[in-house]
Amino acid sequence: MTPEAQRMRWLYYNLLRIRMVEETIAQRYAQQEMRCPIHLCIGQEAIAVGVCAHLAREDYVLSGHRSHGHYLAKGGDLNAMVAELYGKATGCAGGRGGSMHLIDLSAGFLGATPIVAASIPIAVGAALGSVMQKEPRVTVIFFGDAAPEAGACHESLNFALLKRLPVVFVCENNLYSVYSPMSVRQPEGRPLASLAAGHGMATYRGDGNDVFSVSAIAQEAIRQVRDGGGPMFLEFMTYRWREHCGPYYDNDLGYRSEQEFQDWKQRCPVARCRERLLREGILTSQDHEEIVRTLEREIDAAFRFAKESLFPEAQELLEHVYAP
Amino acid sequence: MMRELKFYEAIREALDLCLAKDPRVYLMGLGVPDPKGIFGSTLGLQQRYGSWRVMDMPTSENGMTGIAIGSALNGMRPVLSHQRVDFSLLAMEQMVNQAAKWRYMFGGRHSVPVVIRMIIGRGWGQGPQHSQSLQAWFAHIPGLKVVMPTTPYDVKGLLISSIEDDNPVIVLEHRWLYTIVGEVPEGLYRVPLGQAKVVRGGQDLTIVATSYMVLEALRAAELLAEQGIAAEVIDVRSLRPLDGRAILESVCKTGHLIVADAAWTTCGFAAEIVALVCEHAFEHLKRPPRRVTLPDCPCPSSAALANDYYPRSVHIVAEANALLGVSGKPGLASEAVSSVPLDVPDLNFTGPF
Repeated sequence: MTPEAQRMRWLYYNLLRIRMVEETIAQRYAQQEMRCPIHLCIGQEAIAVGVCAHLAREDYVLSGHRSHGHYLAKGGDLNAMVAELYGKATGCAGGRGGSMHLIDLSAGFLGATPIVAASIPIAVGAALGSVMQKEPRVTVIFFGDAAPEAGACHESLNFALLKRLPVVFVCENNLYSVYSPMSVRQPEGRPLASLAAGHGMATYRGDGNDVFSVSAIAQEAIRQVRDGGGPMFLEFMTYRWREHCGPYYDNDLGYRSEQEFQDWKQRCPVARCRERLLREGILTSQDHEEIVRTLEREIDAAFRFAKESLFPEAQELLEHVYAP
Repeated sequence: MMRELKFYEAIREALDLCLAKDPRVYLMGLGVPDPKGIFGSTLGLQQRYGSWRVMDMPTSENGMTGIAIGSALNGMRPVLSHQRVDFSLLAMEQMVNQAAKWRYMFGGRHSVPVVIRMIIGRGWGQGPQHSQSLQAWFAHIPGLKVVMPTTPYDVKGLLISSIEDDNPVIVLEHRWLYTIVGEVPEGLYRVPLGQAKVVRGGQDLTIVATSYMVLEALRAAELLAEQGIAAEVIDVRSLRPLDGRAILESVCKTGHLIVADAAWTTCGFAAEIVALVCEHAFEHLKRPPRRVTLPDCPCPSSAALANDYYPRSVHIVAEANALLGVSGKPGLASEAVSSVPLDVPDLNFTGPF
């Protein structure tokens, strides 16, 4: 197999892995054992995978509330993530954070926090630290279409440009902030990337449901940033399939139409990638079945690990407030 | 005699020593390298350490606080300065949601060694948005540490301790203390966070004070001494962690408590001290504790109104007399009032801040 074919299979494997993890969370959420808010990224996986494909382990990624995909694509430990959702001591944050506070420092996943736009300046600060310590590290920050409505985002874009910091801003535009569509939040016909361009930043826009397109854009952007070209802003169009927070579909609520969802579902990032790989002979249906079985085993094991893990002890409540 | 420095010179020396000792330390803030250098406290440091380690910044208090936090997560030790406490309110999200909680919410995987200096204004018409005292807000938050140094010795030692601490520390510096003079040793030394200091001993009454009010409390103690009342004055220095033991030991001895904190009464830091004493030393109290705090309104700009806004030594004396059930000497008090400048830190000051 050519390196290019291997790379394409890697992209697919990781897309499918995130999809299957998220579907498993959705299936088991009703068991009431994952007692924390969850924000599933089903439908949006290609952005996480396409961007993280070009990052080294030492590079940093930060994210917001919808971070499972970013964490997994960056190489975050699956067992520790699922255990965190179950509130267990073996969770990546020891059960203190839940789904909205994933971290895996050994994988370069510096942290995710759910206050919209709040992790953007923190990512820029991490990049400032890299420059001051003369590290070659690139920092990627993932956020949604509502974050550029917050001042912290613009303050971050401004400073990142001022100091030409090695940051890639990745905006996942899924058209909705909870139930509020773009039309009630931002002027019509103004791409989010144009806001960054207004600051003077180089930008790209792309189809966030096509992992190959995301990957190509991210590769070029990350190369430029790594070479000292200053920060870059990427906007990818995509769509969240399930409700903002929780495991279910919510098209019955009326804030968006079933037809709109079906249109986006036709552009499923996982199916599109699979179809291309099958078409080009990079993947056979037997290969695919094998991958599914492998992932099922891994995911089952992760949920078993989470369920069998112990909860943090009650007497640990006050630990970790302060560093010693 | 030991060398003497002004308060702002002691700050500058602390920053200078920390910058020299640890390459991870850097300063940022609006005006840090400008010709005024944060009221002198950062003057000349950029010339010595360069524009990356001593940097000015965009007027983006919230974003820059997040940037300080992010750099700390990646190994740096930032010192962020705000010329007024009021400006830092734009950054409450980053301070309270992020810096204070980062270590806890990630199960101790990481800590945030950030120092945020904030200056409390007072007088010279600074008014409602340039002179607030919000120490109670910060001290309320688990995960933050909060210090309020009063003397040049303490500000240097506490600032060095804060910069070396692995947690976010809020350092509240009172503008009226900037030109006071005191003995300051050369070189690095530390004043530990979490230790109060008995700055005057006495048997009859405990006055617990913060920041500039410590000086007013000391003046009050002198006036009370003329009446034959021996007041003990405790400089809190560190609001979180709080040295409750020093306060309780004193109150157990004197049986009388006044808290002098130039901030609003309701839900204020003075209330916390009163609650602490009532919970742990109630049986030692001979009378109900009293608070010397600000009236429940924003600070007015006009000196004619502001003169009645800020409590001074005479107000502490009046409360002490009421607490102890003695009549006091009104002549003494009014003499003290006329000798104290009302909207400037000292008689040489001609404004503006």
